Amino acid sequence: MLINHPLLGPRDAAEFVYLGDAALIDRPDGMSASVEEMHEYLHLRDNPAGEHQELWYHEQGDRSWLVVTRNTLTHEITNVELARDMARARGRSR
Amino acid sequence: MTGPRRIDGGAIDRSETLRFQWNDRWMSGHPGDTLASALLANGERLVGRSFKYHRPRGIFSAGAEEPNALVTLGKGAAAEPNTRATVAEVFDGLYATSQNHRGSLEWDLLAVNDLLSPFLSAGFYYKTFMWPAAFWEKLYEPVIRSAAGLGRLSGRPDPDSYDHGFLHCDVLVIGAGPAGLMAALAAGRAGARVILADEDFRAGGRLLAEQYEVGGQSGTDWASAAMAELVAMPNVRFMARTTVYGVFDHGVYGALERKTDHLGGVEGKPRQVLWRVYTKRAVLAAGATERSIAFGNNDRPGVMLAAAVRSYVNRFGVAPGGQVAVFANNDDGLRTAKDLQAKGVDVAQVIDARKGEVVVDTSGRKGLRRLMLKGGATVDADCLAVSGGWSPNVHLTCHQRGRPVWREDIAGFVPGEGLPDGMVVAGAANGTFTLSGALSEGHAAGAQAASDLGHGGSAGEVPAAEDEESGVSAFWHVGESTSRAWVDLQNDVTTKDIKLSHQEGFRSVEHLKRYTTLGMATDQGKTANVLGLAILAEASGKTIQDTGTTIFRPPYTPVPIGAFGGRARGKHFRPTRLPPSHTWATEQGASFVEAGAWMRAQWFARPGEAGWRDSVDREVRMTRGGVGVCDVSTLGKIDIQGRDAAEFLNRVYANAFLKVPVGKVRYGLMLREDGFVYDDGTTARLSETHFVVTTTTANAVLVFRNLEFARQCLWPDLDVHLISTTDAWAQYAVAGPKSREMLSKVVDDLDLSNEAFPFMACTECTVFGGTPARLFRISFSGELAYEIAVPTRYGDAMIRALMEVGQEFDAVPYGVEALGVMRIEKGHPAGAELNGQTTALMMGLQGMVSKKADAVGSKLSEREEMMADDGLRLVGFRPVDRSRDLKAGAHFLTKGDPADMAHDQGWMTSVAWSPELGHSIGLGFLKRGSDRMGEVVHAYDELRGFSQDVEVVSPHFIDPEGGRQRG
Amino acid sequence: MRYSAWSILTEGFRGNTGWKPVWREPDPKPEYDVIIIGGGGHGLSTAYYLSKEFGVRNVAVLEKGYLGSGNIGRNTTIVRSNYLLEGNQPFYELSMQLWEGLEQDFNYNAMVSQRGILNLYHSDAQRDAYARRGNAMRLSGAGGELLDQAALKKMAPFFDYDNARFPIQGALWQPRGGSVRHDAVAWGYARGADSRGVDIIQNCEVTGIDIEGGRVTGVQTSRGAIRAKKVAVCVAGSSSRVMAMAGMRVPIESHVLQAFVSEGLKPIIPGVITFGSGHFYISQSDKGGLVFGGDIDGYNTYAQRGNLPVVEDVCEGGMALMPMIGRARLLRMWGGVMDMSMDGSPFIDKTGIEGLYFNGGWCYGGFKATPASGFCYAHLLATDRSHEVARFFRLDRFLRGAPLDEKGAGAQPNLH
Repeated sequence: MLINHPLLGPRDAAEFVYLGDAALIDRPDGMSASVEEMHEYLHLRDNPAGEHQELWYHEQGDRSWLVVTRNTLTHEITNVELARDMARARGRSR
Repeated sequence: MTGPRRIDGGAIDRSETLRFQWNDRWMSGHPGDTLASALLANGERLVGRSFKYHRPRGIFSAGAEEPNALVTLGKGAAAEPNTRATVAEVFDGLYATSQNHRGSLEWDLLAVNDLLSPFLSAGFYYKTFMWPAAFWEKLYEPVIRSAAGLGRLSGRPDPDSYDHGFLHCDVLVIGAGPAGLMAALAAGRAGARVILADEDFRAGGRLLAEQYEVGGQSGTDWASAAMAELVAMPNVRFMARTTVYGVFDHGVYGALERKTDHLGGVEGKPRQVLWRVYTKRAVLAAGATERSIAFGNNDRPGVMLAAAVRSYVNRFGVAPGGQVAVFANNDDGLRTAKDLQAKGVDVAQVIDARKGEVVVDTSGRKGLRRLMLKGGATVDADCLAVSGGWSPNVHLTCHQRGRPVWREDIAGFVPGEGLPDGMVVAGAANGTFTLSGALSEGHAAGAQAASDLGHGGSAGEVPAAEDEESGVSAFWHVGESTSRAWVDLQNDVTTKDIKLSHQEGFRSVEHLKRYTTLGMATDQGKTANVLGLAILAEASGKTIQDTGTTIFRPPYTPVPIGAFGGRARGKHFRPTRLPPSHTWATEQGASFVEAGAWMRAQWFARPGEAGWRDSVDREVRMTRGGVGVCDVSTLGKIDIQGRDAAEFLNRVYANAFLKVPVGKVRYGLMLREDGFVYDDGTTARLSETHFVVTTTTANAVLVFRNLEFARQCLWPDLDVHLISTTDAWAQYAVAGPKSREMLSKVVDDLDLSNEAFPFMACTECTVFGGTPARLFRISFSGELAYEIAVPTRYGDAMIRALMEVGQEFDAVPYGVEALGVMRIEKGHPAGAELNGQTTALMMGLQGMVSKKADAVGSKLSEREEMMADDGLRLVGFRPVDRSRDLKAGAHFLTKGDPADMAHDQGWMTSVAWSPELGHSIGLGFLKRGSDRMGEVVHAYDELRGFSQDVEVVSPHFIDPEGGRQRG
Repeated sequence: MRYSAWSILTEGFRGNTGWKPVWREPDPKPEYDVIIIGGGGHGLSTAYYLSKEFGVRNVAVLEKGYLGSGNIGRNTTIVRSNYLLEGNQPFYELSMQLWEGLEQDFNYNAMVSQRGILNLYHSDAQRDAYARRGNAMRLSGAGGELLDQAALKKMAPFFDYDNARFPIQGALWQPRGGSVRHDAVAWGYARGADSRGVDIIQNCEVTGIDIEGGRVTGVQTSRGAIRAKKVAVCVAGSSSRVMAMAGMRVPIESHVLQAFVSEGLKPIIPGVITFGSGHFYISQSDKGGLVFGGDIDGYNTYAQRGNLPVVEDVCEGGMALMPMIGRARLLRMWGGVMDMSMDGSPFIDKTGIEGLYFNGGWCYGGFKATPASGFCYAHLLATDRSHEVARFFRLDRFLRGAPLDEKGAGAQPNLH
């Protein structure tokens, strides 16, 4: 597979490390969340047959975490963005 | 002439004669010959034995689809089993032997299987060999296994080397037959970067094997001219002997190039190169494969595909027989007779299935002698050219999601929906069987690909060629045949097996394959599958389209495992990381051990020491008694800077970091988000905004990855930056009561007194008159100890300088074994305790998990079963019989309990022999362990016959109050 | 009909014309006591044990494709009971015991071949970890031995002992481990279940799960609605998709595991071998093919195919361990979609919906579990209580903080 890195252009997926569902960005605050909420965040991830937003880390590259939109049936990649931008867009800051 | 069957013409170089051995007999051939053509030229018909019945078999095809002529090339460690004689080029000194027979090829003892065939029908083995149960492994299976298999591996390391390479292009053209050549010409002329790959050693495909004309010249000449034009283009690369074996995601194609096989190997050169080709477009011009017709005893040596007969006659200058009959259901096959006659070969009979003429049976024990036709006529023939039509080579179109569709008019499957992105199919692979159609489709595909990519040059013209359709009428098997009729020659699957499979309920095409093994041999059913599923369709009354195909998987033709492995074998399997003191340690005669990718000094033996324990004991004693030095550079080091660095650490470590003073080091406990312990290490605060974190050697990469995740994904606006500095600093532990005194001669102008530089202090400083350094007063050994770091470029000089200064103090270098002994004596957890299954509570470190702030893992560490009182706790152990050693991996049982899993109380994680205590000690996890001090439990180790009673003690064996490290 | 050497002989003499279909091709009835979704190995073995051991015979197995079309037919056929944890090892040991009597039990030769399994170790730490595991195996009655290099050399002289990047020190050996002919397992269970009245309905895709008032009432299928008192989901690889029909999320990701087979070769590999310093394991089939594999590709996917980096990684491991296989050719590569769970261990459990049961999360270890999985699932379906050895396979174990994490990799499916 090839991942079109937003800063570096197309790179072989072998340069990256895969983490999983991009919902892992939405970590609840541990002081206010219940054990149940934290459990659901960590263990009940999206696993669709189709379009999937997922986290990849450019370990053999610039160490960017990326959010890749990829179809799990065809492996077609339709969007790649910096995870940091998405985290900010989802309201994460400090 | 070389051999009795050589005839005029063909694309072989008669000016040179090559000598080769077949079953230890010398024979000759010419450049341009395959082993198959040379064997035929020498009159060899019997070349192998079938898989199950050990039937005599001859050469069946002239290409990669060959099911019968599998031979072993070479000998000794270089022996290569299961090689298709039809694609192996002859070279001087080639050594080939037949395989899969017990006794000689001519007199194979296992041919008895053929007599038992009524009892060996499809799937017979699922119905028997069950009684008595123990006989399977002892009797039945060994007999079956020794009879099965084809060729034999030498059992010795592959002596050759293989390379991996990467190629990029605009258009990859697969196959250099008429369609492929035309596609490459069109794309190349237009200006695209083209790679043209063909599995053959010569471009041209079927043009070489037929007597067609293209643009007024012979097909062979036209192919040569096309190649001359292509080779002259700087933007085109032609790769002969290169099989594109698979299609992978996003335009990645796998290809195998055979570099030196045809030369018999070249010293120092790789045998083969495995290429990964990254391309924007691909033109699949892989041609088509002819298939047979199933009739009685259609497997005898001499029965051959019609196209193969034309290849041998036209391209290789060989007559496959003296009297050749032709049996076909299409004009293309019948043309064989014309080609044979043109070369003066005797044509015994032409049998046209479309006219109701069929071969019912054959005779000839080790080679075809006679045909029995419908109606009772017989024909004497030693070769039968058979054609049941052509199957487009759609394999690569199906490597992702594609499923082929049936075209009744050509009686073949053609590419369907779901082609790999960017692929187009041209020529016979697309079901376009006329030469003019192949040329124009190839041209259009190449031109379109180039123009899609913005290459606007002229793609040139399409030459004129024949455009006559080969009338084909589907015909699969001869109903009048009563003897067995083969469908899959290699795996011995007959029409009866297919009907039996259907009769027994195995009616899906996948069930058919799995029950009968149809198409599962080394040829993956290239000539057999369509025939088999057509017969299944007939039995089940379904159409061929509804019956469907099994799934085409890579590789298109088999690829050596060595080629996939490439250079990564032996010492080069994985990279080796060497710490800064490695050269020096080697000079000292250290023994080394693999620690992940690192090689670390294990111990430093001295003359007179009888074994490793002597060396390790001495290193521990001398360190605890004086001073020792150890390279700890392999620990992960992460530089963390920014206004929010402390806040960041506070969130990624379970314990608090906000209030660490500048100039101090704090032990950090890192949890995974699920609350289990992940890693530990020390964190030094060098300034308000600058920390240096250490991780365990094993987790350095993972911790850094996780910290980047936290920084970029969880808290993207914290002002913090991370950089891995593991390789930037050489770091040495200097430990022991004399370490302060020794280091005071190393560091420049620094007060090392306990007051000025107490336990857990850190500072940036210089050593040896100005070399920049960092000094940490931390202790893994439990002694008064420091770690001193210098930039890696000074690492080698530093260890030499340290040991020189240390002479006066009798300083000793120590390795990871002594390091391990001292940490176990102190009860410090390491890899065996931090194994990902353990919690802070188990380690007695629950007090470190901050309740005041949110940190990764803190919430889920509170889950109910992780907080249970009756859980495992880390404690120490010593043997009741102090003279005995302990062993890690023993399980604990309460004295008197039965030895079963329900009574398992934990396990021993780490053991060492303590020179200070004079006996073996251990750490381990024991249920309610901290409440069981003094109890004697049973350390169960029946695995090694080493069970014994042990006493539960504190894990802090030495200096439990920590006075030494603070002193 | 009963299979035996005698039946082979008599059928052989009459041209093999008397063999009967191995299973019926029934139309679905309007209602069943139990519907099992998924006609793979686990679904078929569940049906077999339900009908044979628990007397529940009004059962349908609904299969989207052909029976045995899931991972039962695309794995590397290894059986073993060499697990570590109390929550796993007794279950796999029960499975091993069922394998040992399986062929006589269901009168079908699945070629259960106990030629042993070697787990190689390359360091003292790895040896100690295997000692812990080997003693756990001993405690569970599974047997096992720790071999040093000298003993290993006798068994497998072809390893690269002299030039290895990671020295081969020894192995944990379970003599009872081995391999089984995978398709035959599906066929044998199907035949046994069918003969006891279970309807195995192929080409019947479940498109919905009917739930009324928190209770399951049946399923919608491509062949119409079918009512059921109990619905048992058993579709590893597609668990998330099917459970979503019931509105449930499960702690599972779908990943592809590739496997490989070489051309047929005369016997050279004894038993099963797993490399301890790379992702590579291998055995040799009765037909002579080297059957080998390694790690999962590592990204969520439902495609039954993988990519080249893993192919190369696996073959590198093979060449590092046994460079004699360099000239053996890789014949075929394929992929199976795995239920990768959050701790690497499976589930056999009730759900929050009455009458709906779940079996899944087998990661890449489902094949060896086939008999015990079916047996324990049948036990749960018949009695509504977990079988003793499957009592840890609960869906709520993450919430309770009791993961079954053999590797210690945490909640990261692609690391298990």
